[in-house]
Amino acid sequence: MSKPALQEIILKGINASPGICIGKAYLVDKEGVDVVEKYYIKKKKLQAEVKRFKAAVKRARDEFQSIIENRPEELERDYILETHIALLKDKMLYGRTVETIQTEAVNAEWALKKIVSGLIMTFEKMGDAYLKERASDVVHVSDCIMRNLVGATTENIAAIDKRVILVANDLSPAETSQINLARIMGFITNRGGKTSHTGIVAQALEIPAVVGLETATIEIKSDDLIIVDGNTGIVIIHPSEQTLVEYEERKINYEEYKAVITRESHLSAETTDGVRLEVMANIELPEEIVSVKNYGGDGIGLYRTEFQYMNRQDFPNEEELFGKYREVVELMTPKPVTIRTLDINGDKAVANQSDFNETNPALGLRAIRYCLRKPDVFKTQLRAILRAAAFGRVRILFPMIAAYFEICEAIKALDEAAESLEKDGLPYKREIDIGIMVEVPSAVVLADLLADKADFFSIGTNDLIQYALAIDRGNRNVAHLYQPLDPAVLRLIKRVADVSREKGLEVFMCGEMAASAQHMPLLLGLGMDELSMNPQSIPQAKRVIRALKRSDAQMFAREALKKKTARGVFEMIQDTYGDILSELEYR
Amino acid sequence: MAENESKKYRNTTIRNELGLHARSAARIAGIAQNSRANVWIQKNDEKADASSIIDILTLACAKGTKITIIVEDLADTHILNAIADLVDSGFGE
Repeated sequence: MSKPALQEIILKGINASPGICIGKAYLVDKEGVDVVEKYYIKKKKLQAEVKRFKAAVKRARDEFQSIIENRPEELERDYILETHIALLKDKMLYGRTVETIQTEAVNAEWALKKIVSGLIMTFEKMGDAYLKERASDVVHVSDCIMRNLVGATTENIAAIDKRVILVANDLSPAETSQINLARIMGFITNRGGKTSHTGIVAQALEIPAVVGLETATIEIKSDDLIIVDGNTGIVIIHPSEQTLVEYEERKINYEEYKAVITRESHLSAETTDGVRLEVMANIELPEEIVSVKNYGGDGIGLYRTEFQYMNRQDFPNEEELFGKYREVVELMTPKPVTIRTLDINGDKAVANQSDFNETNPALGLRAIRYCLRKPDVFKTQLRAILRAAAFGRVRILFPMIAAYFEICEAIKALDEAAESLEKDGLPYKREIDIGIMVEVPSAVVLADLLADKADFFSIGTNDLIQYALAIDRGNRNVAHLYQPLDPAVLRLIKRVADVSREKGLEVFMCGEMAASAQHMPLLLGLGMDELSMNPQSIPQAKRVIRALKRSDAQMFAREALKKKTARGVFEMIQDTYGDILSELEYR
Repeated sequence: MAENESKKYRNTTIRNELGLHARSAARIAGIAQNSRANVWIQKNDEKADASSIIDILTLACAKGTKITIIVEDLADTHILNAIADLVDSGFGE
């Protein structure tokens, strides 16, 4: 029996919920709703047409109501369905559709479509991506009315009786609430981002999800065999035999790994010869602290503070910033929280800052350069950080330091912020550790000078590698040359570590390089005191460190630094630590 | 806010992280629907009917947006205050 050889297709989306599943696709579509006919209604039948519309709204309401009654407990605190019920009767939707039926003497479907299209256009015109997304609630609600008008059979997700992977353009909150946990292996959608409702629900249900795939519903047909890797955001359609075997293995590894980590994530990362490394978390929102604690983080190694500056017209005030920082500090206390000052740049720039039209934003006015240029913005944040410091263990980290004068000016600004707090009689703490983010090659070269001004260095590998090797990772022509193990990168790290030791500073690493299990022997051997990574990577990093011996790792690092290529270093890691790593890694 | 008790409007600022989204708009509309006369939310020169979730959403109020709540009838002062207090509290988010 010969099977037609189907081409394996790989789609890359956004990993919204971790885990791996392999199974049959089930397409959720809304056929029969898109094509809406227009016809005129005779005057004496208009009342009946309005009634038909109202009946459809009533049925839609009943539908939502029954979903609310049957929804799984995990989702009970989600009031979005109640909001959708309120939207059904909103005058801009309900009232105006009824009006349109009457004044234009058209059928209810057409009237509804006309009103909704107008509303969607209004939302589309909004500049802000977050605000645009709000149209989706209106669309979900009108789709539901439309289905009831047209009499289309609804895709009843609750009735799915096979173990499937849901594939949809977008799953509405109503649809996701109906998902029967026991039956759905995972889901993927064309739309949505990391914080979209779909992802939040998937995490609550602990099933893998990938969103933002754009073309999933076009490329995938129902019953296609697909692999969903919620860890990496990859979806594979028609996987080859070889890929299937590989992912079956990964899936088993991941599940075993997950079971293990829940048992040992709270143990400290101590090497077999008794050296303890702190394994910290990178976060962006206070909400992430739950997972930091679940995954056993020893503190916050990088608190990115940009989020509060986005999705808004003005700059956040001191109280707002202080409130958030204090929340994080208090929740983590007595563990340290490393707050990185604003690292805004071209692509993250505040929407209304139109002076941000740079041809080369990576080399432009960003991070500390921006802050030193905008002393008011900087001072507000520094005051908030110093005030939060009174509530726990805060460390401050200045990003993109490339010159000696920059750290001097940053510290001066910090002192001024402290003085102004003193004058205002507000509680604060100035005696906090000051850190320099080492991510520009010049900072490595000047490490000995910079060291006099700081308590610790934190190596930001993502940017350091990009700047050192002159590689834009987003450029597919050169992305393969972005190599954390490049001998040039390793020498830069070594220099920072050596200077730190000489000058009595602590040295941390907070880039993606620090999150990879295979890099642990090198990083330990080079003398990192602390590693910071996304919370999910913490348990694995701790496990690997617990299996290593520092004296061996130091010897290993010395040898690895003699290698001439990234490949050579990689092979050496495999030869020396391959066994340990393959045993501990889940990927 | 005693000085506002006989006023027909109150100024406030959106404080919650996500701005006025469907759920928060629904809470405002839920209150406004009990009013005797019209209740408006004004942002710059634009005005939205506070009893309509959709109209509120189309005002596109991100965090930090300054808005004014307006009632047309003094008998709706308690509605004015309830909405403004809700916004002030950041919707408890």
